[in-house]
Amino acid sequence: MNKMPFYKRFIYNQKLAPYVFTAPFVITFLVFFLYPVISSIIMTFQNILPGRVEFIGLENYRRLNDPIFFKALGLNLRYTLWTLAILIPVPMLLAVLLNNKHMRAKNFFRSTLFIPALTSVVVAGTIFRLMYGELPGALMNQIIGLVGLKPIKWLRLADYAMIPLLSLAVWRWTGVNILYFLAGLQNIPPEMYEAANIDGANPWQVFRHLILPMLKPTTIYVITISIYGGMAMFTESYMLWGGNRSPNNIGTTIVGYLYRKGFEENNMGYGNTIGVVLLLIVLVVNLLQLLANGFFRKEKDA
Amino acid sequence: MRRLLTLVLAIAMLLSLMMVAPASAAEPTKLEFWTFQALHVEFYEKMAEIWNERNPDRQIELVVTSLGYDDMHNKLLIALQSGTGAPDFVDIEIGKYANYLMGETQLVPLNRVVEPELDNIVRSRVDIYAKDGNYYGICFHVGASVTYYNQEILEAAGVDVNSIITWDDFAEAGKVVLEKTGVPMATVEANDPWFFLQTLSQQGSDLLTPEGEPNVNSDAMKKALGFYQQMVKDGTAMVAPGGGHHAEEYYGFMNFGGAASVTMPFWYMGRFTDYMPDLKGKMLVMPNPVFEVGQPRSVGLGGTGTSVTNQSQHQDLAVDFLGFAKLSEEGNLKIWEIMGFDPIRKSLWGSEELKKPNKFIDYFANFPFDALIEVQDEIPAIVVSESLPKTMTAVRTSIMTRVFEGMEDIDTVLAEEQALLEQTPN
Repeated sequence: MNKMPFYKRFIYNQKLAPYVFTAPFVITFLVFFLYPVISSIIMTFQNILPGRVEFIGLENYRRLNDPIFFKALGLNLRYTLWTLAILIPVPMLLAVLLNNKHMRAKNFFRSTLFIPALTSVVVAGTIFRLMYGELPGALMNQIIGLVGLKPIKWLRLADYAMIPLLSLAVWRWTGVNILYFLAGLQNIPPEMYEAANIDGANPWQVFRHLILPMLKPTTIYVITISIYGGMAMFTESYMLWGGNRSPNNIGTTIVGYLYRKGFEENNMGYGNTIGVVLLLIVLVVNLLQLLANGFFRKEKDA
Repeated sequence: MRRLLTLVLAIAMLLSLMMVAPASAAEPTKLEFWTFQALHVEFYEKMAEIWNERNPDRQIELVVTSLGYDDMHNKLLIALQSGTGAPDFVDIEIGKYANYLMGETQLVPLNRVVEPELDNIVRSRVDIYAKDGNYYGICFHVGASVTYYNQEILEAAGVDVNSIITWDDFAEAGKVVLEKTGVPMATVEANDPWFFLQTLSQQGSDLLTPEGEPNVNSDAMKKALGFYQQMVKDGTAMVAPGGGHHAEEYYGFMNFGGAASVTMPFWYMGRFTDYMPDLKGKMLVMPNPVFEVGQPRSVGLGGTGTSVTNQSQHQDLAVDFLGFAKLSEEGNLKIWEIMGFDPIRKSLWGSEELKKPNKFIDYFANFPFDALIEVQDEIPAIVVSESLPKTMTAVRTSIMTRVFEGMEDIDTVLAEEQALLEQTPN
């Protein structure tokens, strides 16, 4: 055994093998994730300028008592709630329809609904900005003109700003969520539908008592990533307002504000603080949501 | 696409340059240059060509990277912060400039080339890029604020442009224009301050105090905003379609005679020639009105300081080339010919060279430099400090839109925004 050359001993070593195989992931994780996160947390206690970095204790956290930060937080929260309210039920229903064996032209609908997800947000955002232009000739103003409404300055008035943001999100993410739900639906064994039929369940009862509970793991997953996506939304706002400067901050998101403070105004310490606080908020919201949905309980019961 | 084309062209030009260069010439030194404005590339390429003809032993080869505005400024910030990856020299927009002077300045002082020329140029255009007696950047232009009038509309309303001396005259003329032609006299911006800042400097005020602290809750600010808000109430002014004078919506609106005038810096001429072709021959370039006769009529606005970074391996060469490109007479002439900017070398303004026809001379109904020469001693600079980026952000995102779009009470808006600015760190 000891006569084997070093490299062979290394290769055939059963104790080392698992570490060798996981090394690429572990190293990437340490270098590109853990290190940035830790250095980011350290930077929240610093004031950072080229050649002059100083510790300022909790000053950056004290600065968070900032009306624009709360405004941005409010926008993200409302946006997240709206996307949850629309982007869970609608794609679920569409997926159930697409999965129904009586549905015609399934593949056609499946691909048309999914195509928007392949479009870059940058392109889509630019097109949506033009659609929601303020002049009477812009598409949306023409449409509301058909029912006799006056042109609206969609992107410059706080009351309307959520509409372009949400329609962009719905247009883009419906297809992706349908895909998740379709995958979930494949996991429901056909026998269960048969059993439900034999018991005389009507379509609503099948949906309510069979499909909905069976889709629960998928739904929880989609809710979790939607909360993350909603709270971290940035590109959509950036593209719709053609830069990170919406009038009166009606479209400023938390990440947009982080970007403004960190990069546009050269205050890395405060920018990092906003980032760390956003991470905490998303973690807490998601943990509460998972707790409420019985995500942790389920494992124990099983 | 245009950027790609520029790049291909640039490479082609460089290749052809290398081909014709005599074999004995020194190996060209590569200088890396970043800009956020594709328009500037053509200028620097041209200047490098002239430089190489004059200095056979100090040949340079420009390696140009043209990026988006935010993209370039952010990349530069990170490169200077981390100490690696910055170009030899770079264009930095004035609104962002203060970010690069914070902490230990990572730019190279240009005093060696700037100081000998101080008397020939508009001094404030290098002062705005200075810190502790060191000049770190040189501007492209003065950016003198002027008012562009649509002659056709004024004539239809029977208003004589030379009779508009004060802002009161301007507002009165606006009422006549509105009554006779139905279009507003002026437009205001909800997302930019360029149309507006001369009304502060005319009253000897600024967005910042002379010490560089935010000063938006000033009497001058109240008076100036109040003047424009009243015009909006009267219908003689309106918020520019699209929110500002750089919106596609506005270009179309103005091009078809949507408003009788627009107050913008001199560099706005290029927007007329490029985006409002139908106004050719109809626009007059005039000095701004004032609140009281005797106040300075203009102010230098906007600007791009070109700077050399301390990461450059060829700092001396970069500084010399920069001085040649932006301070010499040839350089300033090219700045006007290629980009239509008002060059900082004021001795040039009256020269015959400037009168040679180009697309800007052809476009305007009068000779644009007449307005500039008239106000040449009335062009102060705005105060630049580390508080400028956040103050500009407040003006762009909050103050203008609250006052002109929301028509909110000016005193309340300014008090709130000032308090907010004071508690926000730089």
